[in-house]
Amino acid sequence: MILAAEEALVAQNIFFGLIAAGTIFGALRVVTTKNVVHAALWLVLVLAGVGANFLLVGAEFTGVTQVLVYIGAIVVLFLFGTMLTRSPIGRDEDVDNPAWYLGLIVAVPLLALLSYAVWDQWGDDHIDSLTPAAAQTTADVSDSIFSTYLVAFEAIGFLLTAALIGAIVLARKE
Amino acid sequence: MRVFAELSYWQQTTLRSVGVLLAVLLPAGAFVQLFLFKLVSFMHNRLGPNEAGPKGSLQLLAEVGKSLQKEDIVPEKADRVLFKMAPYLVVASVLLVYAAVPFGPDAWFTNLDVGIFYILAVSSISVIGILIAGWASANKYSLLGGLRAAGQLIAYELPMVLAVVGVVIQAGTLNLQGIVGAQANGEIFGFGGLGNPFVLTQFIGLAVFMIAMQAELTQTPFDMPVAESELVAGYMTEYSGLRFLLFFIGEFASAGAFAAVAATLFLGGWYLPGLSLTADYMNVVGPLVLFGKMLVLGFIVFWVRFTFPRLREDQLQRFAWTVLIPISLLNILATATLKVVF
Repeated sequence: MILAAEEALVAQNIFFGLIAAGTIFGALRVVTTKNVVHAALWLVLVLAGVGANFLLVGAEFTGVTQVLVYIGAIVVLFLFGTMLTRSPIGRDEDVDNPAWYLGLIVAVPLLALLSYAVWDQWGDDHIDSLTPAAAQTTADVSDSIFSTYLVAFEAIGFLLTAALIGAIVLARKE
Repeated sequence: MRVFAELSYWQQTTLRSVGVLLAVLLPAGAFVQLFLFKLVSFMHNRLGPNEAGPKGSLQLLAEVGKSLQKEDIVPEKADRVLFKMAPYLVVASVLLVYAAVPFGPDAWFTNLDVGIFYILAVSSISVIGILIAGWASANKYSLLGGLRAAGQLIAYELPMVLAVVGVVIQAGTLNLQGIVGAQANGEIFGFGGLGNPFVLTQFIGLAVFMIAMQAELTQTPFDMPVAESELVAGYMTEYSGLRFLLFFIGEFASAGAFAAVAATLFLGGWYLPGLSLTADYMNVVGPLVLFGKMLVLGFIVFWVRFTFPRLREDQLQRFAWTVLIPISLLNILATATLKVVF
């Protein structure tokens, strides 16, 4: 059986299993629920599960960023948008797109590609220990962002600024 | 001699858990009793609650007892599960904030490397609880209140984060213990007797943080989400009994939580000049010092609440995006420049 951590770290394995099961269940409910607002809230469970797994492997900064950006901003924006427009309480039969199976053409290859990439990179690797030294600190993150990935970081910053200005221009048509 | 560090792990954890629960309830209760009952009465030149206990000091318990015995009503058309869940999400968000606030050298629940970043992240979870409450009530006033609250909380989260960045640049760490240490060991032009509480150098940051905090707590002048004359009680309109009490606790406990965070970031946290930074007794004195600083900041919050009239929705948004955010960006620029120069 594939375990996330060495045998000694029982708690890590148990919690990885629980969090992963919760995340997968939430992901299934996002696409099967009959209510738009419920779907957005199941998405919170999925994103929180991903964040919890980041914390489990000692990536504090990434885990907290996951909560701040995805739960605190993106999902709130989803909820805000659906509630401003049309969000009836109860079952809504219109939320199912009859052509949903076309999405499989993208989803299945993507799943295969990601699984292969993860497997190819890490294979049987385990998390050795969770000593404070093994955890990834904020300083590690900033060191790599501002040295190794400096160009990519600046490029993304430029792109996001351009997107922001573009959004303002589009929104202020009058 | 470090008594606390010699306790076994489960003893430390138990003490910390009890400490966090106390930290949520005590400031919330103190804020309501001292400020919401007594201070406002004084400012309005009226008596206020004075029957329950000596000088009305047991009024808070009477209110809690009253709320607990009331019927828990769920509207017929409401989304029952979400309606019942929403208040717990709001309270959970406050509990998560307190989990990272240090009260003494060993009196902390978690000592996260990303401390203040984590606090800003989990405090935004309460927005989801408020939106759910507004939507699940199946009431137009509630939905409008929830949407107003969300729009306001999103707009004022940004200046709050930006105001904190100045402190983080100066302290050189996101860890709240580290920020307390940086203020205790700092020097003002070579004079180290007072430390260097960041209120002196980051007073713009403190001002922006306090204004954003007022808006995040939806206190007057930013109380449009619960404006009685327009929206009944906003997203809380349909709630009664225990669930209303939970929203109420959430509101005042997060006032306490934000006051504690502001005190830690700008006023030196649990440390006072002249006391030891590592000694055992600080685990008892530290929480009291922090509580005192929280009361000072909480007083300012409620003073403003009882003094200013309500803003309009467009004024609120314009103030955040055209005044607070540019000011805090300039503050970051100035802090970073001075950090590099000195």
